[in-house]
Amino acid sequence: MIDLLVIPLIKIVIVLTGVLITVMYLVLLERKVQAWVQVRLGPMRVGPHGVLQPIADVLKLFIKEDVTPVRADKFVFTLAPIIVLVPAIIAFAVIPFGSTVSIFGKPVPLYVADINVGLLYVVAVASIGVYGIILAGWSSNSKYPLLGGLRSSAQLISYELAVTLTFVSVILASGSLSMVDIVTAQRANGVWFAFVQPVSLFVYFVGGLAETNRAPFDLPEAEQELVAGFHTEYSGMRFALFFLAEYANMIVVSAVATTLFFGGWLAPFPTVPFLRVLGYVPGWMWFVVKTFLVLYVFLWIRATLPRYRYDQLMRLGWKILIPLAIANVIVTAVVKVALSY
Amino acid sequence: MEPDVARQMFDTDELVINMGPQHPATHGVLRVVLKLDGEKVVDADVVIGYLHRGVEKLSENRDFTQIVLLTDRLDYVASAAANLAYVETVEKLLSLEVPRRAKYLRTILAELQRLASHLVWLGSHAMDIGAVTVFLYCLRERELILDLFEEFCGARLTYNSMRIGGLPQDLPPGWDRKALQFCDIQIEKLAEYETLLTHNRIWLERTRNIGVISAADAVAVGLCGPPLRGSGVARDVRKDEPYAAYAEMEFDVPVGTRGDTYDRYLVRLEEMRQSVRIIRQAIGGLPEGPVMGKVPRLIKPPAGETYHANESPKGELGFFIASDGKSTSPYRLRVRPPSFCNLQALPRLVRGHLVADVIALIGTIDIVLGEVDR
Amino acid sequence: MGQEVAFYTLAALILGFGVLVVTARNTVHSILFLVADFLCIAALYVLQGAPFLAVIQVVVYAGGIVVLYLFVVMLVNLKRPPEAHRDRRRRGRLGVVCALVVLVEMVAITAYKYVSPTAGLPPVTTMGPNNVALVGAALYQDYLVPFELASMLLLVAMVGAIVLARREL
Repeated sequence: MIDLLVIPLIKIVIVLTGVLITVMYLVLLERKVQAWVQVRLGPMRVGPHGVLQPIADVLKLFIKEDVTPVRADKFVFTLAPIIVLVPAIIAFAVIPFGSTVSIFGKPVPLYVADINVGLLYVVAVASIGVYGIILAGWSSNSKYPLLGGLRSSAQLISYELAVTLTFVSVILASGSLSMVDIVTAQRANGVWFAFVQPVSLFVYFVGGLAETNRAPFDLPEAEQELVAGFHTEYSGMRFALFFLAEYANMIVVSAVATTLFFGGWLAPFPTVPFLRVLGYVPGWMWFVVKTFLVLYVFLWIRATLPRYRYDQLMRLGWKILIPLAIANVIVTAVVKVALSY
Repeated sequence: MEPDVARQMFDTDELVINMGPQHPATHGVLRVVLKLDGEKVVDADVVIGYLHRGVEKLSENRDFTQIVLLTDRLDYVASAAANLAYVETVEKLLSLEVPRRAKYLRTILAELQRLASHLVWLGSHAMDIGAVTVFLYCLRERELILDLFEEFCGARLTYNSMRIGGLPQDLPPGWDRKALQFCDIQIEKLAEYETLLTHNRIWLERTRNIGVISAADAVAVGLCGPPLRGSGVARDVRKDEPYAAYAEMEFDVPVGTRGDTYDRYLVRLEEMRQSVRIIRQAIGGLPEGPVMGKVPRLIKPPAGETYHANESPKGELGFFIASDGKSTSPYRLRVRPPSFCNLQALPRLVRGHLVADVIALIGTIDIVLGEVDR
Repeated sequence: MGQEVAFYTLAALILGFGVLVVTARNTVHSILFLVADFLCIAALYVLQGAPFLAVIQVVVYAGGIVVLYLFVVMLVNLKRPPEAHRDRRRRGRLGVVCALVVLVEMVAITAYKYVSPTAGLPPVTTMGPNNVALVGAALYQDYLVPFELASMLLLVAMVGAIVLARREL
């Protein structure tokens, strides 16, 4: 009973709160990093160096009026933010934050579930999120949100293909669809898949930027063009849900990148003798550090690059990334077969 | 199925979108009515007038000295340029001789103003295309220019920095050194902007071949300033009809070749370098002497009319003043605002491009609505 | 017991959403119910011990195809239904034909099971947890030719659609 219900429940609660708190502070981190790049200070007023800013933001969003446009489709309008947020959060179910640890003499694996199609589960869940965006745009009954919704759904579908194809090469390299097995395969391999599959990593990262609507692919919410894109008409807590989902998705993309390409919870340099000491740091800490490094690159890119235009983005996806990913799959397969002889 | 039938079945409507007057990227209260086919712009209609304050009419009831501060409010990111164009027109009307030192100082101020205006342009243009960081970098340097202006005349935005016949006061001590220091910083920072943009693939894709206008078309539409030079027409009032101390300055007029948004970007960047060059020369050769000429206490020009143009950061800024010889105010004052003339080209530029390009194109012609609407 | 409760709940949900799909007045709502339906079907697959199939169901149908439906519905002007859809009698006749076809299929499948109970794939429960490999083997070894033919057919359909939709030929 404890194994079946209580422990997973505790894990779910921990992961959920962990994700929500991380999202809150990721927003602060983003503002700070952006500010430092742009020779500013960023939030400084709420708490020392603005550390309480996220709490103030959440409070503000809670007490704001939640407007529903008169001619909006109320049912869909309310449903859309939920459809966006739920997939972003349930994707964390299969992410291995660490290997098995022993708590009170009981072995507890540091992931909610290890299903044998873990990676595909992430893809499936991510593909549901697009509905929220497209429906938010449509149900607002307004032009800018509609355009924003159409843009983002087209963008998501296109880049999902490229990203999924990179998964295929990783699966070929690791021989399993399970996230846990992929990490252990990297340990067995002795080298992270980032070095085995650099092309995959590149395509995955670019695709991940596009799938989370981050700069330079943040077209759906290009404020200079479409005001705020699909969530123009949203306010208050419902807007906060979109916001939450965007950042939760960023964490998912980074966490998956860490798992697939950067050895998940494994300590770096296991073969260098005098760096063995790194192995004493708990695995989940490595996971968090790596994930945040990837997230930092997200923020860094946002502060550096201009924005792509819609058609250029589609061209990049279809004419460069997808062919590249397919070629990579083929090469990986050929190498794998050649090595097995 | 015939293609015709397919088209009828999947009939799509044209979408009419109002971009502005309240829109984060139309640089003030510009309204553009866009007719879209998908995301492609079929037609664009520019609606202006949301910032009309009647500057020209107001001028008819102010005396000539008071009008200087109205000119501040035309192109409010480059008010010194408008000050200069106005006072020179009145001086021409009065046939006043301006001291040489004042001419040099005016040149320095005008070029600093050009830098400030171009910095605002570059920042907002880059931000429209998504490079927010460039915006903040540009404003950082503009801040230094504003500091210089503040030290000179006490104001940071609407300077009221020129007087008919000269300047209100001489430079504060040490100002010229600070200006030269600023020049060094600016040259260095220009390279910084360029590392972020000039060879950036995304920037190139967003600006190359966007809003191409040929030299002949540019002349026909009446473009002026950097957009005209971007199309390869080397027209610069500073060279062609020199005013202030430009005749004694050595500088190049950069021109583009393709007439696209990227060329206009390059032209303006090079202009900023040339501005620094002019400022250095002017400070180096700054003559001694008074900064105010002999001006009658009551400015009452003889009957007649005159037109005088300057190269403002945005293009050819001209003032036409008619005086009836009896009053201390102009009988008619008319501004030829470069932003207004350049804005005329917008529908032609955006046709066939995408919505996202409209933003880039509003940015590339560099308008200030205060000047368009007056 | 728990399995059966879950099965019948899901079955009821699937049928309920199915009814909502065809009765919803708003096309977008209709599509939403279709997605919900697909998700329930995916859950059914999980219940049957086929998580791979479940995930594929979500990725392909819910995540891919229906999004495209949504696109079409949102982009194409649907204020006026096409002629064929407005003819009530023709619509009724079509419905009867479709229902008959489905009925025949169902009877055939059931009858086939009686005739040869061991035909087809082995029951999924005996596959063990790693049915990804089994699906792969079935597709790329046992049924390679039909699989490739089907993909060929889809390719042809895709090319055809592009040719039809292109404005200038």
